[in-house]
Amino acid sequence: MQSKDNNSIDKTEASRISEKIINGDRLILARIITQIENETPLGFSVLEEIYSETGKAQLIGITGAPGTGKSTLVNQLAAYYREPEDGISKSVAIVAVDPTSPFSGGAILGDRVRMRSLSGDPGVFIRSMASRGSLGGIAATTSAIVLALDAAGYERIIIETVGAGQAEVDIANLAHTTIVVESPGMGDDIQAIKAGILEIADIIVINKADKPGADITERALLSSLQINLKNQNDPNRYQHMNNGLIDDHSKIEYGEIRIPSVIKTVATTGEGIASLHKIIEEHYTYLVNSCELSQKEKKRISFELDVLLRDKLLSNWKRKTKKELYDEIFQKTLTRDISPWKAVDQLVDGEKR
Amino acid sequence: MSSRKIRVLIAKPGLDGHDRGAKVVARALRDAGMEVVYTGLRQTPEMIAESALQEDVDIVGISILSGAHMALVPRILDLLKENQQENVKVFVGGIIPDEDIAKLKNLGVAGVYGPGTLTTQIVLDLRNILQE
Repeated sequence: MQSKDNNSIDKTEASRISEKIINGDRLILARIITQIENETPLGFSVLEEIYSETGKAQLIGITGAPGTGKSTLVNQLAAYYREPEDGISKSVAIVAVDPTSPFSGGAILGDRVRMRSLSGDPGVFIRSMASRGSLGGIAATTSAIVLALDAAGYERIIIETVGAGQAEVDIANLAHTTIVVESPGMGDDIQAIKAGILEIADIIVINKADKPGADITERALLSSLQINLKNQNDPNRYQHMNNGLIDDHSKIEYGEIRIPSVIKTVATTGEGIASLHKIIEEHYTYLVNSCELSQKEKKRISFELDVLLRDKLLSNWKRKTKKELYDEIFQKTLTRDISPWKAVDQLVDGEKR
Repeated sequence: MSSRKIRVLIAKPGLDGHDRGAKVVARALRDAGMEVVYTGLRQTPEMIAESALQEDVDIVGISILSGAHMALVPRILDLLKENQQENVKVFVGGIIPDEDIAKLKNLGVAGVYGPGTLTTQIVLDLRNILQE
Protein backbone atom coordinates (compact mmCIF):
# COMPACT_ATOMS: atom_id res chain seq x y z
CA MET A 1 0.00 0.00 0.00
CA GLN A 2 1.27 3.39 -0.88
CA SER A 3 0.90 4.98 2.52
CA LYS A 4 2.75 2.12 4.13
CA ASP A 5 5.64 2.62 1.74
CA ASN A 6 5.75 6.30 2.53
CA ASN A 7 5.85 5.47 6.20
CA SER A 8 8.79 3.12 5.83
CA ILE A 9 10.71 5.62 3.71
CA ASP A 10 9.95 8.30 6.22
CA LYS A 11 11.11 6.14 9.06
CA THR A 12 14.53 5.48 7.52
CA GLU A 13 14.99 9.10 6.59
CA ALA A 14 13.65 10.14 9.97
CA SER A 15 16.17 7.89 11.76
CA ARG A 16 19.00 9.27 9.70
CA ILE A 17 17.94 12.80 10.44
CA SER A 18 17.41 12.27 14.15
CA GLU A 19 20.85 10.72 14.47
CA LYS A 20 22.35 13.82 12.87
CA ILE A 21 20.40 16.07 15.21
CA ILE A 22 21.49 14.13 18.28
CA ASN A 23 25.08 14.32 17.02
CA GLY A 24 25.00 18.10 16.78
CA ASP A 25 24.31 18.91 13.12
CA ARG A 26 22.95 22.44 13.39
CA LEU A 27 21.87 22.83 9.78
CA ILE A 28 19.74 19.69 9.92
CA LEU A 29 18.37 20.79 13.28
CA ALA A 30 17.34 24.15 11.84
CA ARG A 31 15.69 22.52 8.85
CA ILE A 32 13.81 19.98 10.92
CA ILE A 33 12.57 22.75 13.18
CA THR A 34 10.98 24.23 10.07
CA GLN A 35 9.39 20.86 9.25
CA ILE A 36 8.07 20.56 12.78
CA GLU A 37 6.76 24.11 12.73
CA ASN A 38 4.90 23.37 9.50
CA GLU A 39 3.56 20.09 10.93
CA THR A 40 4.79 18.02 8.00
CA PRO A 41 4.83 14.19 8.01
CA LEU A 42 8.64 14.29 8.09
CA GLY A 43 8.54 16.59 11.09
CA PHE A 44 6.26 14.21 12.95
CA SER A 45 8.38 11.19 12.00
CA VAL A 46 11.51 12.83 13.34
CA LEU A 47 9.73 13.83 16.55
CA GLU A 48 8.75 10.20 16.95
CA GLU A 49 12.39 9.12 16.58
CA ILE A 50 13.89 11.70 18.94
CA TYR A 51 11.25 11.58 21.64
CA SER A 52 13.14 9.04 23.73
CA GLU A 53 16.16 11.39 23.74
CA THR A 54 14.19 14.25 25.26
CA GLY A 55 13.55 15.15 28.88
CA LYS A 56 17.17 16.10 29.60
CA ALA A 57 17.03 19.84 29.18
CA GLN A 58 15.98 22.32 31.81
CA LEU A 59 13.22 24.54 30.45
CA ILE A 60 12.97 28.16 31.49
CA GLY A 61 9.97 30.20 30.41
CA ILE A 62 10.12 33.98 30.36
CA THR A 63 7.02 36.08 29.94
CA GLY A 64 6.00 39.64 30.64
CA ALA A 65 4.47 42.68 29.03
CA PRO A 66 6.16 44.30 26.05
CA GLY A 67 8.68 46.91 27.12
CA THR A 68 9.83 45.14 30.26
CA GLY A 69 13.16 44.19 28.67
CA LYS A 70 12.58 40.45 28.28
CA SER A 71 14.87 39.99 25.29
CA THR A 72 17.75 41.86 26.88
CA LEU A 73 17.25 39.81 30.02
CA VAL A 74 17.25 36.56 28.03
CA ASN A 75 20.45 37.64 26.30
CA GLN A 76 22.18 38.36 29.58
CA LEU A 77 20.93 35.20 31.21
CA ALA A 78 22.03 33.03 28.30
CA ALA A 79 25.44 34.71 28.26
CA TYR A 80 25.78 34.08 31.97
CA TYR A 81 24.87 30.41 31.54
CA ARG A 82 27.72 30.22 29.05
CA GLU A 83 30.18 31.80 31.47
CA PRO A 84 28.95 31.55 35.04
CA GLU A 85 31.09 32.93 37.83
CA ASP A 86 31.08 29.61 39.55
CA GLY A 87 29.64 26.53 38.04
CA ILE A 88 29.95 24.83 34.74
CA SER A 89 29.15 26.40 31.38
CA LYS A 90 25.88 25.13 29.93
CA SER A 91 24.78 25.07 26.32
CA VAL A 92 21.73 27.22 25.74
CA ALA A 93 18.94 27.28 23.20
CA ILE A 94 16.53 30.17 22.97
CA VAL A 95 13.10 30.06 21.38
CA ALA A 96 11.70 33.57 21.00
CA VAL A 97 8.04 33.88 20.08
CA ASP A 98 6.61 37.06 18.57
CA PRO A 99 3.02 37.74 17.52
CA THR A 100 1.73 37.04 14.04
CA SER A 101 -0.25 39.89 12.53
CA PRO A 102 -3.89 38.81 12.45
CA PHE A 103 -4.39 40.84 9.26
CA SER A 104 -1.53 39.72 7.06
CA GLY A 105 -0.45 36.47 8.66
CA GLY A 106 3.12 37.78 8.67
CA ALA A 107 5.34 38.74 11.56
CA ILE A 108 8.38 40.73 12.56
CA LEU A 109 10.60 38.54 14.69
CA GLY A 110 12.85 41.04 16.33
CA ASP A 111 14.28 39.34 19.38
CA ARG A 112 17.67 38.70 17.81
CA VAL A 113 18.28 42.43 17.84
CA ARG A 114 18.97 42.17 21.56
CA MET A 115 21.13 39.07 21.29
CA ARG A 116 24.22 40.23 19.42
CA SER A 117 26.61 39.22 22.16
CA LEU A 118 25.62 35.58 21.87
CA SER A 119 26.63 35.45 18.24
CA GLY A 120 29.47 33.17 17.20
CA ASP A 121 29.09 30.95 20.24
CA PRO A 122 28.57 27.37 19.05
CA GLY A 123 26.99 26.52 22.39
CA VAL A 124 24.04 28.83 21.71
CA PHE A 125 21.16 28.28 19.28
CA ILE A 126 18.53 30.95 18.76
CA ARG A 127 15.32 30.37 16.89
CA SER A 128 12.59 32.94 16.36
CA MET A 129 9.00 31.82 15.93
CA ALA A 130 5.78 33.58 15.03
CA SER A 131 2.73 32.74 17.10
CA ARG A 132 0.75 31.93 13.91
CA GLY A 133 -2.62 32.63 15.41
CA SER A 134 -2.07 30.95 18.74
CA LEU A 135 -3.78 33.03 21.41
CA GLY A 136 -1.51 32.18 24.28
CA GLY A 137 2.07 33.31 24.61
CA ILE A 138 3.57 30.48 22.63
CA ALA A 139 2.88 28.96 19.25
CA ALA A 140 1.14 25.62 18.80
CA THR A 141 4.38 23.96 17.78
CA THR A 142 6.66 25.60 20.34
CA SER A 143 6.69 22.60 22.65
CA ALA A 144 7.56 20.29 19.76
CA ILE A 145 10.42 22.56 18.73
CA VAL A 146 11.66 22.58 22.30
CA LEU A 147 11.76 18.76 22.09
CA ALA A 148 14.04 18.96 19.05
CA LEU A 149 16.41 21.34 20.83
CA ASP A 150 16.34 19.08 23.88
CA ALA A 151 17.27 16.04 21.78
CA ALA A 152 20.02 18.08 20.13
CA GLY A 153 21.62 18.37 23.55
CA TYR A 154 21.04 21.96 24.62
CA GLU A 155 21.13 21.86 28.41
CA ARG A 156 19.10 24.97 29.09
CA ILE A 157 16.25 26.02 26.84
CA ILE A 158 14.83 29.49 27.35
CA ILE A 159 11.41 30.11 25.87
CA GLU A 160 10.65 33.79 25.55
CA THR A 161 7.00 34.46 24.94
CA VAL A 162 4.75 37.17 23.69
CA GLY A 163 3.52 39.04 26.72
CA ALA A 164 -0.12 38.42 26.01
CA GLY A 165 -2.87 37.76 28.52
CA GLN A 166 -2.73 33.98 28.78
CA ALA A 167 0.99 33.73 28.29
CA GLU A 168 1.69 32.86 31.91
CA VAL A 169 -0.61 29.84 31.80
CA ASP A 170 0.73 28.53 28.52
CA ILE A 171 4.33 28.88 29.52
CA ALA A 172 3.78 27.35 32.94
CA ASN A 173 2.44 24.24 31.23
CA LEU A 174 5.63 23.89 29.25
CA ALA A 175 8.53 25.22 31.33
CA HIS A 176 10.07 23.90 34.53
CA THR A 177 10.71 27.40 35.80
CA THR A 178 8.34 30.21 34.88
CA ILE A 179 9.69 33.73 35.14
CA VAL A 180 7.45 36.77 34.88
CA VAL A 181 9.22 40.03 34.08
CA GLU A 182 7.80 43.28 35.40
CA SER A 183 9.18 46.74 35.17
CA PRO A 184 8.59 49.83 37.33
CA GLY A 185 5.91 52.31 36.48
CA MET A 186 3.68 50.05 34.40
CA GLY A 187 0.56 50.07 36.55
CA ASP A 188 2.29 47.86 39.04
CA ASP A 189 -0.09 48.02 41.93
CA ILE A 190 -2.69 46.38 39.73
CA GLN A 191 -0.21 43.94 38.25
CA ALA A 192 0.97 42.99 41.66
CA ILE A 193 -2.40 41.63 42.61
CA LYS A 194 -3.05 39.96 39.29
CA ALA A 195 -3.80 36.42 40.36
CA GLY A 196 -2.32 34.78 37.29
CA ILE A 197 1.19 35.97 37.99
CA LEU A 198 1.30 35.15 41.64
CA GLU A 199 0.01 31.64 41.25
CA ILE A 200 1.99 30.74 38.19
CA ALA A 201 5.30 32.56 38.44
CA ASP A 202 8.15 30.75 40.08
CA ILE A 203 10.28 33.87 39.89
CA ILE A 204 9.19 37.47 39.45
CA VAL A 205 11.87 39.71 37.99
CA ILE A 206 11.63 43.47 38.35
CA ASN A 207 13.77 44.54 35.42
CA LYS A 208 14.88 48.10 34.70
CA ALA A 209 15.33 48.33 38.45
CA ASP A 210 17.38 51.47 37.97
CA LYS A 211 14.17 53.31 37.06
CA PRO A 212 12.29 55.22 39.76
CA GLY A 213 9.55 53.24 41.40
CA ALA A 214 11.42 49.94 41.44
CA ASP A 215 11.33 49.79 45.23
CA ILE A 216 7.61 50.53 45.28
CA THR A 217 6.99 47.78 42.76
CA GLU A 218 9.03 45.38 44.82
CA ARG A 219 7.15 46.27 47.99
CA ALA A 220 3.78 45.91 46.28
CA LEU A 221 4.66 42.47 44.95
CA LEU A 222 6.05 41.27 48.26
CA SER A 223 3.00 42.43 50.15
CA SER A 224 0.71 40.64 47.71
CA LEU A 225 2.73 37.52 48.27
CA GLN A 226 2.46 38.05 52.03
CA ILE A 227 -1.30 37.79 51.70
CA ASN A 228 -0.87 34.40 50.08
CA LEU A 229 1.79 33.54 52.62
CA LYS A 230 -0.87 33.48 55.34
CA ASN A 231 -1.93 30.05 54.09
CA GLN A 232 1.62 28.93 53.55
CA ASN A 233 1.47 25.94 55.83
CA ASP A 234 -1.95 24.86 54.74
CA PRO A 235 -1.66 21.60 52.79
CA ASN A 236 -4.81 22.57 50.91
CA ARG A 237 -3.05 25.61 49.55
CA TYR A 238 -0.42 23.32 48.12
CA GLN A 239 -3.09 21.21 46.61
CA HIS A 240 -4.67 24.28 45.07
CA MET A 241 -1.44 25.27 43.39
CA ASN A 242 -1.25 21.87 41.77
CA ASN A 243 -4.89 21.94 40.71
CA GLY A 244 -5.79 18.85 42.63
CA LEU A 245 -3.41 16.46 40.94
CA ILE A 246 -2.19 15.11 44.25
CA ASP A 247 -3.63 11.71 44.89
CA ASP A 248 -4.10 10.10 48.27
CA HIS A 249 -0.96 8.03 48.02
CA SER A 250 1.46 10.80 47.11
CA LYS A 251 4.41 11.36 49.39
CA ILE A 252 4.63 15.12 49.32
CA GLU A 253 6.45 16.81 52.16
CA TYR A 254 4.56 19.85 53.31
CA GLY A 255 7.52 21.17 55.26
CA GLU A 256 8.76 23.96 53.06
CA ILE A 257 6.36 25.30 50.49
CA ARG A 258 8.01 27.48 47.93
CA ILE A 259 6.64 30.91 47.17
CA PRO A 260 7.77 32.94 44.17
CA SER A 261 11.07 34.75 44.50
CA VAL A 262 11.14 38.42 43.70
CA ILE A 263 14.38 39.80 42.31
CA LYS A 264 15.50 43.11 40.86
CA THR A 265 17.66 43.28 37.75
CA VAL A 266 19.05 45.80 35.33
CA ALA A 267 19.42 43.66 32.23
CA THR A 268 21.30 46.27 30.24
CA THR A 269 24.16 46.29 32.76
CA GLY A 270 23.90 42.69 33.94
CA GLU A 271 23.08 43.67 37.49
CA GLY A 272 21.18 40.92 39.29
CA ILE A 273 21.76 38.32 36.58
CA ALA A 274 24.08 36.20 38.68
CA SER A 275 21.45 36.08 41.44
CA LEU A 276 18.73 35.23 38.93
CA HIS A 277 20.85 32.38 37.60
CA LYS A 278 21.32 31.06 41.12
CA ILE A 279 17.60 31.21 41.92
CA ILE A 280 16.69 29.42 38.69
CA GLU A 281 19.13 26.62 39.41
CA GLU A 282 17.92 26.37 42.99
CA HIS A 283 14.34 26.20 41.79
CA TYR A 284 15.09 23.27 39.53
CA THR A 285 16.84 21.45 42.38
CA TYR A 286 13.76 22.07 44.51
CA LEU A 287 11.51 20.63 41.80
CA VAL A 288 13.64 17.52 41.61
CA ASN A 289 13.83 17.02 45.38
CA SER A 290 10.15 17.61 46.04
CA CYS A 291 7.65 15.69 43.92
CA GLU A 292 6.85 18.75 41.88
CA LEU A 293 8.87 17.87 38.83
CA SER A 294 7.06 14.62 38.24
CA GLN A 295 3.72 16.26 39.06
CA LYS A 296 4.44 18.95 36.49
CA GLU A 297 5.39 16.36 33.94
CA LYS A 298 2.19 14.38 34.53
CA LYS A 299 0.13 17.53 34.24
CA ARG A 300 1.90 18.54 31.06
CA ILE A 301 1.45 15.18 29.37
CA SER A 302 -2.17 15.04 30.46
CA PHE A 303 -2.78 18.48 28.98
CA GLU A 304 -0.92 17.68 25.79
CA LEU A 305 -2.78 14.43 25.24
CA ASP A 306 -6.12 16.20 25.80
CA VAL A 307 -5.29 18.78 23.16
CA LEU A 308 -4.14 16.20 20.65
CA LEU A 309 -7.09 13.90 21.40
CA ARG A 310 -9.52 16.73 20.93
CA ASP A 311 -8.01 17.57 17.55
CA LYS A 312 -7.82 14.00 16.33
CA LEU A 313 -11.28 12.97 17.52
CA LEU A 314 -12.81 16.02 15.93
CA SER A 315 -11.12 15.51 12.60
CA ASN A 316 -11.93 11.77 12.61
CA TRP A 317 -15.54 12.55 13.42
CA LYS A 318 -15.76 15.16 10.66
CA ARG A 319 -14.38 12.67 8.17
CA LYS A 320 -16.91 10.02 9.12
CA THR A 321 -19.97 12.27 9.33
CA LYS A 322 -22.13 12.83 6.31
CA LYS A 323 -22.05 16.42 5.19
CA GLU A 324 -25.82 16.43 4.59
CA LEU A 325 -26.50 15.45 8.17
CA TYR A 326 -24.20 18.15 9.46
CA ASP A 327 -25.71 20.77 7.17
CA GLU A 328 -29.24 19.80 8.17
CA ILE A 329 -28.53 20.15 11.86
CA PHE A 330 -26.45 23.27 11.28
CA GLN A 331 -29.42 24.83 9.50
CA LYS A 332 -31.76 23.97 12.35
CA THR A 333 -29.41 25.66 14.76
CA LEU A 334 -29.15 28.72 12.52
CA THR A 335 -32.93 29.12 12.37
CA ARG A 336 -33.03 28.58 16.14
CA ASP A 337 -35.14 25.43 15.88
CA ILE A 338 -32.71 23.71 18.16
CA SER A 339 -30.01 24.97 20.48
CA PRO A 340 -26.31 24.34 19.78
CA TRP A 341 -26.23 21.89 22.69
CA LYS A 342 -29.10 19.91 21.26
CA ALA A 343 -27.43 20.09 17.86
CA VAL A 344 -24.28 18.50 19.20
CA ASP A 345 -26.30 15.82 21.04
CA GLN A 346 -27.97 14.96 17.76
CA LEU A 347 -24.74 14.99 15.80
CA VAL A 348 -22.75 12.96 18.25
CA ASP A 349 -25.31 10.66 19.87
CA GLY A 350 -27.70 10.48 16.96
CA GLU A 351 -30.59 11.49 19.19
CA LYS A 352 -33.70 12.52 17.43
CA ARG A 353 -36.37 14.49 19.23
CA MET B 1 -2.02 22.11 9.39
CA SER B 2 0.16 25.21 9.22
CA SER B 3 0.62 26.88 5.86
CA ARG B 4 4.12 27.33 4.55
CA LYS B 5 5.36 30.78 5.42
CA ILE B 6 8.22 32.50 3.69
CA ARG B 7 10.96 33.28 6.19
CA VAL B 8 13.20 36.23 5.50
CA LEU B 9 16.26 37.56 7.29
CA ILE B 10 16.83 41.31 7.10
CA ALA B 11 20.27 42.40 8.22
CA LYS B 12 22.47 45.46 8.21
CA PRO B 13 26.13 44.55 8.04
CA GLY B 14 29.03 46.81 8.87
CA LEU B 15 29.00 50.16 10.57
CA ASP B 16 26.12 51.71 8.65
CA GLY B 17 23.58 53.08 11.10
CA HIS B 18 20.73 54.03 8.76
CA ASP B 19 18.05 51.46 9.28
CA ARG B 20 14.86 53.17 8.19
CA GLY B 21 14.91 51.48 4.78
CA ALA B 22 15.52 48.07 6.26
CA LYS B 23 12.62 48.56 8.65
CA VAL B 24 10.32 49.73 5.87
CA VAL B 25 11.11 46.64 3.84
CA ALA B 26 10.73 44.39 6.90
CA ARG B 27 7.28 45.79 7.57
CA ALA B 28 6.26 45.49 3.93
CA LEU B 29 7.26 41.85 3.88
CA ARG B 30 5.34 41.25 7.11
CA ASP B 31 2.30 42.89 5.53
CA ALA B 32 2.72 40.50 2.62
CA GLY B 33 2.42 37.57 5.04
CA MET B 34 6.09 36.72 5.48
CA GLU B 35 7.90 36.00 8.72
CA VAL B 36 10.78 38.45 8.95
CA VAL B 37 13.69 37.90 11.30
CA TYR B 38 15.13 41.35 11.80
CA THR B 39 18.63 41.34 13.21
CA GLY B 40 19.35 45.02 13.55
CA LEU B 41 22.53 46.95 13.09
CA ARG B 42 26.26 46.21 13.08
CA GLN B 43 26.07 42.65 11.96
CA THR B 44 29.18 40.92 10.70
CA PRO B 45 28.89 38.63 7.68
CA GLU B 46 29.53 35.74 10.07
CA MET B 47 26.62 36.79 12.28
CA ILE B 48 24.35 37.09 9.27
CA ALA B 49 25.26 33.64 7.98
CA GLU B 50 24.81 32.14 11.42
CA SER B 51 21.37 33.72 11.82
CA ALA B 52 20.37 32.54 8.35
CA LEU B 53 21.31 28.99 9.33
CA GLN B 54 19.63 28.87 12.71
CA GLU B 55 16.48 30.52 11.42
CA ASP B 56 16.42 28.38 8.24
CA VAL B 57 15.36 31.34 6.16
CA ASP B 58 14.40 31.23 2.49
CA ILE B 59 15.70 34.70 1.75
CA VAL B 60 18.34 37.04 3.11
CA GLY B 61 17.94 40.79 2.58
CA ILE B 62 21.02 42.91 3.14
CA SER B 63 20.80 46.66 3.56
CA ILE B 64 23.96 48.69 2.95
CA LEU B 65 24.17 52.46 2.63
CA SER B 66 27.83 52.76 3.51
CA GLY B 67 29.30 51.82 0.14
CA ALA B 68 30.95 48.70 1.51
CA HIS B 69 28.73 46.35 -0.44
CA MET B 70 31.44 44.93 -2.69
CA ALA B 71 33.38 43.85 0.37
CA LEU B 72 30.46 42.62 2.46
CA VAL B 73 28.07 40.94 0.03
CA PRO B 74 30.54 38.50 -1.54
CA ARG B 75 31.68 37.47 1.93
CA ILE B 76 28.10 36.80 2.97
CA LEU B 77 27.45 34.77 -0.16
CA ASP B 78 30.58 32.71 0.50
CA LEU B 79 29.58 32.01 4.07
CA LEU B 80 26.09 30.93 3.01
CA LYS B 81 27.65 28.50 0.59
CA GLU B 82 30.03 27.21 3.27
CA ASN B 83 27.02 26.52 5.46
CA GLN B 84 25.30 24.60 2.65
CA GLN B 85 22.77 27.36 2.26
CA GLU B 86 23.55 28.24 -1.36
CA ASN B 87 19.81 27.86 -2.12
CA VAL B 88 18.98 30.83 0.05
CA LYS B 89 18.11 33.80 -2.18
CA VAL B 90 19.88 37.04 -1.40
CA PHE B 91 18.71 40.54 -2.22
CA VAL B 92 20.45 43.80 -1.53
CA GLY B 93 19.07 47.22 -0.77
CA GLY B 94 20.56 50.61 -0.06
CA ILE B 95 22.97 52.75 -2.01
CA ILE B 96 24.45 50.67 -4.80
CA PRO B 97 26.03 52.39 -7.83
CA ASP B 98 24.72 51.16 -11.19
CA GLU B 99 28.03 49.64 -12.22
CA ASP B 100 28.00 47.43 -9.13
CA ILE B 101 24.48 46.13 -9.67
CA ALA B 102 25.58 43.87 -12.52
CA LYS B 103 28.58 42.68 -10.54
CA LEU B 104 26.38 41.73 -7.62
CA LYS B 105 23.95 39.91 -9.86
CA ASN B 106 26.81 37.98 -11.38
CA LEU B 107 27.77 36.85 -7.93
CA GLY B 108 24.30 35.43 -7.49
CA VAL B 109 22.38 38.27 -5.87
CA ALA B 110 18.77 37.90 -6.93
CA GLY B 111 17.81 41.55 -6.81
CA VAL B 112 19.24 44.96 -6.04
CA TYR B 113 16.82 47.62 -4.82
CA GLY B 114 17.93 51.22 -4.53
CA PRO B 115 16.11 54.23 -3.11
CA GLY B 116 12.66 54.75 -4.58
CA THR B 117 11.97 51.06 -5.10
CA LEU B 118 8.37 50.21 -4.43
CA THR B 119 8.04 47.65 -1.71
CA THR B 120 5.34 45.97 -3.79
CA GLN B 121 8.02 45.32 -6.40
CA ILE B 122 10.24 43.64 -3.85
CA VAL B 123 7.37 41.46 -2.60
CA LEU B 124 6.48 40.43 -6.15
CA ASP B 125 10.06 39.65 -7.05
CA LEU B 126 10.65 37.62 -3.91
CA ARG B 127 7.54 35.56 -4.49
CA ASN B 128 8.59 34.91 -8.09
CA ILE B 129 12.12 33.98 -7.13
CA LEU B 130 10.90 31.37 -4.69
CA GLN B 131 8.58 29.82 -7.27
CA GLU B 132 11.50 28.94 -9.51
